[in-house]
Amino acid sequence: MPELTYRDALRKALADSMAENPDIILIGEEVGRYGGAYGVTKDLIKEFGPERVIDTPISEPSIVGAAVGAAMTGLRPVAELMYVDFLGMTMDQLANQAAKIRYMFGGQIGVPMVLRTQGGTGRSAGAQHSQSLEAYVMHTPGLRLAMPATVADAYHLLRQALTSPDPVVFIEHKALYTMKEDVDLDAPVPPWGKAAVRRHGKDLVIVTYSRQLHYVMEAAKTLAAKGIEATVIDLRTLNPLDFDTIREHVERVGRAMVVSEGAMTAGVAAELAARISEECFDFLEEPVIRVAGEDIPISVSTGLETGSVPGPQLIAETAGRMLA
Amino acid sequence: MSKKSNSDLLGLYRTMRRVRTFEERVGELFVRGQTAGSMLHLSIGEESAAVGITAAMKPQDTFTTHHRGHGIFLARGADPNRMMAEIGGKEAGYCHGKGGSMHIADMSLGHLGANAIVGGGIPAVVGAGLSARHKRNNAVSVAFFGDGATGQGVLYESMNMAALWGLPVVFACINNQYGMGTRIDQATANTNLHERAIAFGLNGESVDGLDVEEVAEAARRVVDGARAGKPGFLAVSCYRFYGHARKDKSPYRDAGEEETGRQRDPVAFTRARLIERGLTPEADLDTLDAEIGAEMDATIDFTIAQKEPPLASMFRDVFDPEEPEPEPVRTRLNRVLATE
Repeated sequence: MPELTYRDALRKALADSMAENPDIILIGEEVGRYGGAYGVTKDLIKEFGPERVIDTPISEPSIVGAAVGAAMTGLRPVAELMYVDFLGMTMDQLANQAAKIRYMFGGQIGVPMVLRTQGGTGRSAGAQHSQSLEAYVMHTPGLRLAMPATVADAYHLLRQALTSPDPVVFIEHKALYTMKEDVDLDAPVPPWGKAAVRRHGKDLVIVTYSRQLHYVMEAAKTLAAKGIEATVIDLRTLNPLDFDTIREHVERVGRAMVVSEGAMTAGVAAELAARISEECFDFLEEPVIRVAGEDIPISVSTGLETGSVPGPQLIAETAGRMLA
Repeated sequence: MSKKSNSDLLGLYRTMRRVRTFEERVGELFVRGQTAGSMLHLSIGEESAAVGITAAMKPQDTFTTHHRGHGIFLARGADPNRMMAEIGGKEAGYCHGKGGSMHIADMSLGHLGANAIVGGGIPAVVGAGLSARHKRNNAVSVAFFGDGATGQGVLYESMNMAALWGLPVVFACINNQYGMGTRIDQATANTNLHERAIAFGLNGESVDGLDVEEVAEAARRVVDGARAGKPGFLAVSCYRFYGHARKDKSPYRDAGEEETGRQRDPVAFTRARLIERGLTPEADLDTLDAEIGAEMDATIDFTIAQKEPPLASMFRDVFDPEEPEPEPVRTRLNRVLATE
């Protein structure tokens, strides 16, 4: 099995899909000659040429807007937003245009585009380059949302996103680009929209996604050493949301925690906790607990940065208290 | 201009009259309480822009419009019944009652959509231009917008991209002098709008919208230029005869100004020209106007007779039809609160 990084897997997904489908174009800041701010699109311009790998001015609204127009006229664009923090710049084109066009126009046409971006903490990138803004996307009807946590999912989810008939926001995690895994890309793949159960345990269900999966798995190891066995669910996509898998395990186990890097209030964890409480109430032995980012901006100081989002210790500690 | 044939000018007149009459009937449908809401933006006084520019477009071309886009779509060949039904929020409308006046679209006519966000439809034509280049289909994409959109940054981003990449794209600014209640000189330092486009490296022209033949000529230059690889910008100067939307009585402008503005009537101007040049007898024009009046009267009857969309259609077309529809709140509540 080849050893790949998360970055390699993303690049390979783009290259493989572009080779198969001549209508796929990449458009964004520094995606061509520079190779992407995080190197994901490195050398794709050499392979596919400047008509398919398009370097743009620094004009986020028109990058996303051009992708909308291209998608409506027969292309399958992959727009790159260098940081998810720039979502605010593009929100009109994403939320008012891409997300609503199929619906507003009575189903006449879809917008099959992918908006690739990356978010999260881990590089002391400061308050405007470190956020986890997936809740903005998840709150907008009409958008699909994928957040891969593993190298295999970086590949497969992006490949699947590139066949979606609807707009997909694909949020990578900046701290995962150099993560390596031995990956068999020919192994069977869960379908789009299906969560993965990464660990089975009888005491507690922890639902998470993106980089927090790795913190949760680390915490689960610590807990196992103390005799607490956690089931860990990696959502992979937040829209579609595989609530059936969550329900199945929460009903079996009776305790649930949700872990997200995004700010706690009105965040993804809040939505998941509300749904679990509503739908699995009769099976719960404890309130559903959220472990999420602090309701504060992210600092550059490594200590402040790390301290403002969940980590393995907080997750393990919280699980221990739920079972005490 | 006198080289224009009878049929050309009469054709332009006919389309302008249809737009004018359609818009008048929209107003009537509103007064009769049969429109979906009051967010109806009439293009009366601006017909030459819609008609002159669409006349320069080819069947493979695409376009987006602003919220005041009825006239453009009709001039492009829309079915007035389906348009009016959409304005009435009826199932038979172009978007099955989900879009309405401000979100009407029709892929078969290359209409990539009207937009309720000022400037919101502009960057889509850059993408359509990329598609045209990629597919080598010789299509031009035209963004129609008002003078108000010249305050939006996205216009300048898109003009820059179009010029940078030599895309077959046209930016068509219908300058009706008002962004809602704000007159252009109250919002815009340099009102020679085409100069901005020239600064970005586009073909830029401004034209007086009183004369539809001049608009059509200028549009042909700009659209043909775009098709040949140099994107263009055309500002058509006209006057918005009525308020911003149906409930707006324009208290921010005085009666004298409106009086003068409404004298700049491209439909009346063209009608007088047809008579003056001896191209069409007045009696024939009277007949034509009456036929158009009857055609547009029928759109009202058609719309009133149509069904509302069924409630269950609310959950349709959020995503692709092969995907599950969102679960209705009531269904979820029934499931969650079901007693064993």
